[in-house]
Amino acid sequence: MATKSEALATRAVTAERAVRRRPWGRYALGYLALILAAAVIIMPIYMTAVNALLPKQAIVAYPPKLFPSDPQWGNFPKALDQVPLARYMLNSTIQTGVIVVGQLVTSSLAAYAFAFLRFPGRGLLFLIFLSTLMVPLEVSIIPNYQTVSTMGHVLGGHILSIDSYQALTIPFLATAFGTFLLRQHFMTIPKELRDAAAIDGYGHLRFLLFVVIPLSRPVLASLAVFAFLSAWNQYLWPLLVTNDDNMRTVQIGLAGLRGREIDSFNVVMAGTLIAAMPMFAMLIFFQGQLVRGLTAGAVKR
Amino acid sequence: MAATTAEPVPRLQPPEPLARVLAQLKNLGFGLLFLWPSILLFSAFVFYPLIKSVYLGFYESDPLGNQGDFVAFDQYRSVLGGSEFRDSLWITFKFTLLTVVPGIVLGLGLAMLANQKLPGISIFRTIFASTVATSVAVASMMWLTLLNPTTGLVTWILDQLGQPRLNLLNDPDWALVAVSLTTIWLNLGLATIVFLAGLQGIPERLYESARIDGASRLGTFLHVTLPMLSPTLLFVTVIGTILAFESFGQIHILTRGGPLDETKVIVYSIWEDAFQSFDYGVASVKAVGLFILVLGLTALQLRFLERRVFYQ
Repeated sequence: MATKSEALATRAVTAERAVRRRPWGRYALGYLALILAAAVIIMPIYMTAVNALLPKQAIVAYPPKLFPSDPQWGNFPKALDQVPLARYMLNSTIQTGVIVVGQLVTSSLAAYAFAFLRFPGRGLLFLIFLSTLMVPLEVSIIPNYQTVSTMGHVLGGHILSIDSYQALTIPFLATAFGTFLLRQHFMTIPKELRDAAAIDGYGHLRFLLFVVIPLSRPVLASLAVFAFLSAWNQYLWPLLVTNDDNMRTVQIGLAGLRGREIDSFNVVMAGTLIAAMPMFAMLIFFQGQLVRGLTAGAVKR
Repeated sequence: MAATTAEPVPRLQPPEPLARVLAQLKNLGFGLLFLWPSILLFSAFVFYPLIKSVYLGFYESDPLGNQGDFVAFDQYRSVLGGSEFRDSLWITFKFTLLTVVPGIVLGLGLAMLANQKLPGISIFRTIFASTVATSVAVASMMWLTLLNPTTGLVTWILDQLGQPRLNLLNDPDWALVAVSLTTIWLNLGLATIVFLAGLQGIPERLYESARIDGASRLGTFLHVTLPMLSPTLLFVTVIGTILAFESFGQIHILTRGGPLDETKVIVYSIWEDAFQSFDYGVASVKAVGLFILVLGLTALQLRFLERRVFYQ
């Protein structure tokens, strides 16, 4: 603890010195570069917002309007009205929620086995787990699609079928990346803790639930945010397994706006902004966890 | 367990062979209890499909998508050696180059800007990271407007620069560039985040010694920043390459593989063969080809991931 606060203090001092040493010219130059870069990065999002607020006739005008002089807030309810956006969002929320919770559960369990239990074949099994990272989703889509459509004829399709939440979620409930990430963290938990808990009569499951999980909250949060990001952004798989408009996820629904009977493109842009909102909220509220999850291993699966 | 000794020191003595075997068996039982959900899911949705893909490649498909004649390796030979696969491979390579190299340069540049110690810097960091929060579909819809040939911002910028107008998405020479622009922007937030983390991991004292030695800014960048960032550079390169090889959504939304197949990357051609033409045989062969390509890339990524997490 002492060393950590010491390090922090040193860093604060060097930072302060660096700021104090900076002449005003360099200060201004730094901000100028930052503002220019930020303007370029944000331009597509800004233009979408502008277009979403333009009246119908202004969106086809040239030169493009860079500022909405007469903002049409009504475009947003119009988008929700003309497209089942709310339904798409609900589908995406269910899909993402189930995947995040499922991945946390399966990978916590698996990581516990790999970190705390010694049994023959453990190393080999771990390697087999890791090897799943080498199979991209795109390689397995054809048989997986066949599995889902075949299962649609089994037991009335209640287990798995096209146009079901099961099809959107079940193939993604296990994650080798998450298992790996959690195992690395679990291995830093002292074995003595397990021995002490065993003396207190804690079985493996209770030890996992009441000792390991609470000690791993930051890693679990990073994994959750990472899982949220990749589940919410899925494109190819939801495109394949949803035909019914009522089962479309936000991403597929959004892409479908192009060919739909829509008032005009400003409404499409309003819909795009609405669809982007949950992720922007994630970015603002969970930036720390997001950054940690992404830097730990940006594997898009 | 408790019955064998009254003293709590049995760990120091070598346990009897039988007891050890029993303990291991008990652990194996618990292990399987904890592992079965993952094992079941991986078997059904990763390993089985992989084997099935290889198997499907041995069979031709009839026009209705049913499994046709067994042709052994003939289909593998004709598809993987054919010009269509070669073309889509070449387009995928071009797309990778067009997205990864600018992505690294811009991502590193933005990260260096965001690594300045200035008041309010966190606002800029959030803005630079913001494209992480846009999905493939959202980004593609946004760029669809920007790239509109008559009213889009890109056309307006070309006009301001006195350049001839281009219908980027419909021009065979430019469509891949247009898709790449969208992809670079989409992945820029991720690259910036990873580079910024890399930059912040470089110890301050290295810069201080460089300053004491009187190194120039360029010299410091070349001899301190770049070498210290080499693992991050490798990481971003590998991730970018894999993302490029697996790209689908932006092409599906922006160009549908056209014009003249100029944006038909491997994954798009697999999707088209399988789910538009219902030729599962040919599509499976291509999928196996993609698997072998990505295998090499992921092996690299995994090795890196391992090192990264171990030495954190």
